[in-house]
Amino acid sequence: MPHVARAATTADAFNAVAEPRRREILDVLADGERPVNDLVHLVGLTQPQVSKHLRVLREVGAVDVRDAGRQRLYRLNGHALKPIHDWVKNYERTWSERFGALDLVLEDLKQKEHEDGSDE
Amino acid sequence: MAATSSGSATVTLPADDQILITRDFDAPRHLVYKAWTTPELVMRWWSGQRGEMKLAEIDLRVGGMWRYVMVADGGFEVAFHGEYREIVANERIVNTEVYEAMPESEVLNTVTFTEADGRTRLELLTDCGTKEVRDAIVNSGMEVGMQEQMDLLEQIAASLR
Repeated sequence: MPHVARAATTADAFNAVAEPRRREILDVLADGERPVNDLVHLVGLTQPQVSKHLRVLREVGAVDVRDAGRQRLYRLNGHALKPIHDWVKNYERTWSERFGALDLVLEDLKQKEHEDGSDE
Repeated sequence: MAATSSGSATVTLPADDQILITRDFDAPRHLVYKAWTTPELVMRWWSGQRGEMKLAEIDLRVGGMWRYVMVADGGFEVAFHGEYREIVANERIVNTEVYEAMPESEVLNTVTFTEADGRTRLELLTDCGTKEVRDAIVNSGMEVGMQEQMDLLEQIAASLR
């Protein structure tokens, strides 16, 4: 699984959402407003990485930020993004289900190959 | 023996007009390739949990056509077809793909099979050509999802009669 934050080529909502780590950040923010440090802790990336993802998400309007004392708080502004977010999740689920079924076919093929092995 | 699930598929975007799905399999790549390219085997997995396969035609040669038809749980048919552009056995397949409900939005798929320690990484790169086609696919996908929900609702409603 790729862990390197990819620089977005353009501010594009789909691009912003179709990145696993950014989706994690969006999922965390879906539960409420958070400072960067919380996100660093919850998503398990470095602060520069999280900041980079947040910048991409801000560019497409997926998150808003406000200053609260010494902290900057990020919150989801994802009404426009939700359909795309849902699509990516659905697409991922469709393929996960497909691949789950493919796992079973592969088990059969491995078994068959193992049984035929002595004849070949 | 424990289930062999190798984790879920990961979706990423290498570029604005590309969608990449990555998944590791606990099997050597010649078997993953076989399961990917043999009609009887495709019939067993391609519909996942979304319905039943009705047809899987594969003419595995450059210029050859493929066509898959699935009957989704709501009873409506979902069909895809395309042409093989490049075939390297056990390694790589390049093919076009047309969702028949949206014939104008053809995409180019590149599937690569990479083996390490008896396991196989499958990468499916969908090249939409333009961001507009990608958006059309995303929008239609959302419609299909909604259609599924509507059909499900209909079934539930019918069962309550």
